[in-house]
Amino acid sequence: MKIGRVCACFVLLILFAGFVSAESVAAGQLSADEIVDKANIAAYYAGDDGRATVKMTITDNQGRKRYREFNILRKDDGPDGGEQKFYVYFKRPSDVKGMVFMVHKHPGKDDDRWLYLPALDLVKRIAASDKRTSFVGSDFYYEDVSGRGVDEDEHKLLKSDDKFYLIECRPKDPGSVEFSRYQVWIDKQSFMPVKAEYYDKENTLYRRVEALEIKDVQGFPTVLRSRVENLAAGGKTVSEFSRIKYDIGLKDDIFTERYLRRPPRQARR
Amino acid sequence: MKGRPGFRLIILILLLLAGLAPGGVWAGEFSLARFNDRLADAGIDYRGFLDLRGGWRVREPVDERHTSLGEARLQLDIDYDLGWVVGKFKGDLFADAVERSSGGTIREAYLLGSPLDFADLKVGRQVLTWGTGDLLFINDLFPKDWKSFFTGRENEYLKAPAEAARLSLFFDVVNIDLVYMPRFNPSEYINGQRLSYWSPLSGDTVGRDHGLRDHGRNSWFSEDEVAVRLFRNFSGLEAAFYFYDGYWKTPEGMKADGRVYFPRLRSFGFSLRRDLFGGLANLEAGWYDSRDDRDGDDPMVRNSEWRFLVGFEHELGDDFTGSLQYYLEVIQDYDDYRDSLPPGMEKRDEYRHLLTLRLTRLLLRQNLILSLFAYYSPSDNDAYLRPQISYKLTDNWLIFAGGNLFYGAEDYTFFGQFESNSNLYGGLRYNF
Repeated sequence: MKIGRVCACFVLLILFAGFVSAESVAAGQLSADEIVDKANIAAYYAGDDGRATVKMTITDNQGRKRYREFNILRKDDGPDGGEQKFYVYFKRPSDVKGMVFMVHKHPGKDDDRWLYLPALDLVKRIAASDKRTSFVGSDFYYEDVSGRGVDEDEHKLLKSDDKFYLIECRPKDPGSVEFSRYQVWIDKQSFMPVKAEYYDKENTLYRRVEALEIKDVQGFPTVLRSRVENLAAGGKTVSEFSRIKYDIGLKDDIFTERYLRRPPRQARR
Repeated sequence: MKGRPGFRLIILILLLLAGLAPGGVWAGEFSLARFNDRLADAGIDYRGFLDLRGGWRVREPVDERHTSLGEARLQLDIDYDLGWVVGKFKGDLFADAVERSSGGTIREAYLLGSPLDFADLKVGRQVLTWGTGDLLFINDLFPKDWKSFFTGRENEYLKAPAEAARLSLFFDVVNIDLVYMPRFNPSEYINGQRLSYWSPLSGDTVGRDHGLRDHGRNSWFSEDEVAVRLFRNFSGLEAAFYFYDGYWKTPEGMKADGRVYFPRLRSFGFSLRRDLFGGLANLEAGWYDSRDDRDGDDPMVRNSEWRFLVGFEHELGDDFTGSLQYYLEVIQDYDDYRDSLPPGMEKRDEYRHLLTLRLTRLLLRQNLILSLFAYYSPSDNDAYLRPQISYKLTDNWLIFAGGNLFYGAEDYTFFGQFESNSNLYGGLRYNF
């Protein structure tokens, strides 16, 4: 398993919370880009900060299961849609217990990422170029989470019924990704993305990401359970989120080398 | 504890503990989870492993056993969070068939707290690491265990613990690490026990019958060490300055009685690290002031040196990473060194160039890891390869195999001297 790739978690998962403001509901005719912007904010920018415990069950194509458990802290820097910091503290499996993965996310350019290995007291910097690789051996990608900027795809509104917007996304640089297009269902009330389906270069559906359970937490629609299915190779990963809290007043310096070497209580418990 | 009965006892304890471990024969998942929850509520976290591994020389040994590694090891790692301070204990029980010994070692035992809002203090036995090199160390002058590294123990054993007090101060302008080690902590160097080496005096490769003996530095507070780091992150560019005052970590000096010793050393250096071209780049340099041979004309003490390092790491594909480093050692006052060298002794080059390559490939849902780390010195004409393959059978069980392969055109170069120690190893580990 590779923690370096972790971030992905945030994907649909983690702080996949949304926000229901009066404005967004009142919006009349939104363009595809506007809908995607709102969905991005709903999914990744709930509150000014937050924490969650994530339990992942990874099932391979022969039914064998592996488990991951980690705590995530998130803090936004500046306006929604902008810079963010993440702190991931691993609890399970035991060989990675105590390791920390930290990301300074810079929309529009490469993120800064670090991994702390307690046994060596080593703060390791990680190259940020890998976007569509597995996060800790799961079916989630790094980019499912924090990586894919809204400007990297062309968006088209395919359909709008009374519950969902259906948006089609096509990569501006098709050579950089393994999909040819994907479709996202976005809840009209909350602007939460609830399902995404990815098509390969032969236009075959091969990957599905879904929110299985969404609940209101402190006024933010929040994903409690999400699933990624690999329809081509088989296998799936289910993530469960618990102990979710927003606006907990995380200090900025938690996301520095000091607290990599000395995980704060909020991250460990 | 020494000798065979001890060895059997340890094996027995290890087997019992393996049975008790999570998923073992006696413990049900549920009761264990409840037990762990109760511990966590009390602020106690633990983890550990049981590790069995063996290694064999692939070349004819010089005055050593054919077996390079054969051991069972149980590690227990406990954190106790008291709120105002965190206590840590990490210890190993081991039984070693190569050195025919068994016993226990404490790897970490410290208290960590924040006496002030802007200060952390860690006191006790601890592992310390800083600097930007990948398996190359310039400003990290904390103790290493080269025996473990060369024989195929897990990477964590390359870093030997030190008894130290580390005070870290965090300010907006700069962060400061101050480490005081009241008694010198040498590296576990290659001394003929288990691994043979080149003896410049004998002009030959020797092993356990010619074990190096050193004049230890064991006086508390007089033979001490100080290490300082100033560091700051300028929005992604990490910069640091380093200072060290203590002793060469390996015995780079010899006294008239033929025994080696650890000459005085001071070092100054800096490092930079940032992302570059979609990858990561690092630069590090240091000046080693060999204070017992300032003029460089004492052939029995290593000269002062300059050391440089540049590195670059990049993804080569999905779950496939590559990195390259170039490292340079320059001997200061080389002419004085050369002129003072006794006739017959092999002379080192003024410039030692070294290249390293790391390739890491993850397969089968990142459960299979193939990796290679290679050192190659075009000036010494020697090399050291570290291939490894490991597979996670389950979240708990890991099997692995690897090698430590040394090559050298000459018997007296840094890696060349270890040619006969080239070994292959394998084993398994249960994490709990």
